[in-house]
Amino acid sequence: MKAFTYERAVSPAAAAQAAAHLPGSKFIAGGTNLLDLMKLQIETPTHLIDVNGLALDRIEATPEGGLRIGALVRNTDLAADARVRRDYGLLSRALLSGASGQLRNKATTAGNLLQRARCPYFYDTDQLCNKRHPGSGCAALGGFSRQHAVVGVSDSCIASHPSDMAVAMRALDAIVETVLPDGSTRSIPIAELHRLPGDTPHIETTLGAGELIVAVTLPKPIGGKHIYRKVRDRASYAFALVSVAVIVQADGSGRVAVGGVAPKPWRVEAAEARLPEGAKAVTDELLAGAAPTRENAYKLTLVERTLRAVLAEAGSQP
Amino acid sequence: MQRGTEIALSRRVLLVGTGASMAVTAAPPARAQASAPVEPARSNVAITVNGNRHDLELDTRTTLLDALREHLHLTGTKKGCDHGQCGACTVIVEGRRINSCLTLAVMHQGDSVLTIEGLGTPGNLHPLQAAFIEHDGYQCGYCTPGQICSAVAVLDEIKAGIPSHVSTELTAQPEATPAEIRERMSGNICRCGAYANIVEAITEIGGSKA
Repeated sequence: MKAFTYERAVSPAAAAQAAAHLPGSKFIAGGTNLLDLMKLQIETPTHLIDVNGLALDRIEATPEGGLRIGALVRNTDLAADARVRRDYGLLSRALLSGASGQLRNKATTAGNLLQRARCPYFYDTDQLCNKRHPGSGCAALGGFSRQHAVVGVSDSCIASHPSDMAVAMRALDAIVETVLPDGSTRSIPIAELHRLPGDTPHIETTLGAGELIVAVTLPKPIGGKHIYRKVRDRASYAFALVSVAVIVQADGSGRVAVGGVAPKPWRVEAAEARLPEGAKAVTDELLAGAAPTRENAYKLTLVERTLRAVLAEAGSQP
Repeated sequence: MQRGTEIALSRRVLLVGTGASMAVTAAPPARAQASAPVEPARSNVAITVNGNRHDLELDTRTTLLDALREHLHLTGTKKGCDHGQCGACTVIVEGRRINSCLTLAVMHQGDSVLTIEGLGTPGNLHPLQAAFIEHDGYQCGYCTPGQICSAVAVLDEIKAGIPSHVSTELTAQPEATPAEIRERMSGNICRCGAYANIVEAITEIGGSKA
């Protein structure tokens, strides 16, 4: 790990201001992803701003009937919150399918959204990677790519977004709230938080310099049957090859978001309109324009079949 | 980065020095500047471990795991992968199990940490320590402190009603069934493969307490 100086932030605005003015600084919350990357010198911040003392660890009801989740709410607490379990089961299920108990106890809501790709070529500093060294090339394109993304990818990067939580939040139309260095605030629909790689895969979000996520807001519950199905290489503690999040209403309408297949949580509203036609129609629309490699083309079929299984389950237990 | 520059400069000076004596006279100032000692940042932190308060002054890079092992000499907590994948470093901080390798000691100002040394003693074993012996829940024993710390917290999590991936109902009170134990313990790897006995040990204690 490279040496760094350390400070405990006193307010969100002060943290944002410090981050914007100190080049090489980073926020640290749970630290489970950042410290892993710092040990490998993939991340080399020269200054850490510890935001854990900012009292952003509450889940509060909003006047609109939704929930406002503090950025520092730990994944365990979010999954176990009685209101989340009752009204946003999709979110609980997605969280519980991710990582291990130890990691969920530490990992935060904002950190989960901002976690970086688990592409093995990103993690191996001897390999070419446009995320680590923009313009150097992508070793995954000609390498082992069965875990990589199939849609939304570019010639620069085919890494998938690793989060389960973000897939559920995308289906739930979550809003990300931030504080900027000048103290002002901003609301970002989760669909607009993550960027597609294009030719700048090292720029992963639409957050500005120093901009700090302070909360994620969920709109009021929409009811329906919530199912999160994660397909992976082992039964627990593994990233998704494919995950499917659905909320299906009694009339057959619903929402569909998928993970493990794109550089961001993937949802196409036009695909949801085809739910009455079944899983194949939805998948065709959802993954239109997919550019899989030979090794990960199976994901197109896996999404369709997982969606079919999930829709059958939703239908059998209305 | 700075260390790299220092090495690079030293090498350049050496190469130049062997080839051109004129350059050597110019080299020392640059070399002296580059080799100025780079002090890693240090920070103070007070942590209570197994009931004892410790005031530490640490390199900011020190993980909680290294603080426990290298500074407090509590070597019961093990370093396996050092990347949060194996669970050997599991300790209980403020009542919750975490990977001590993936957190900085300086981030735990005022926190209470419970390690395997604080759970029980040879003469007064924690019930889970006794159960691991009874059920032969290990072979080499390297993962065992992490397994036991994790298991203590798992039973607390079940009692607190925290659901898991395998809980059929999100809103029902979970029970310490073998399926629940297996899922909740997935962050603790045992390369000897003592899993079956580990699950038996935890199930016995979880069941008897329920």
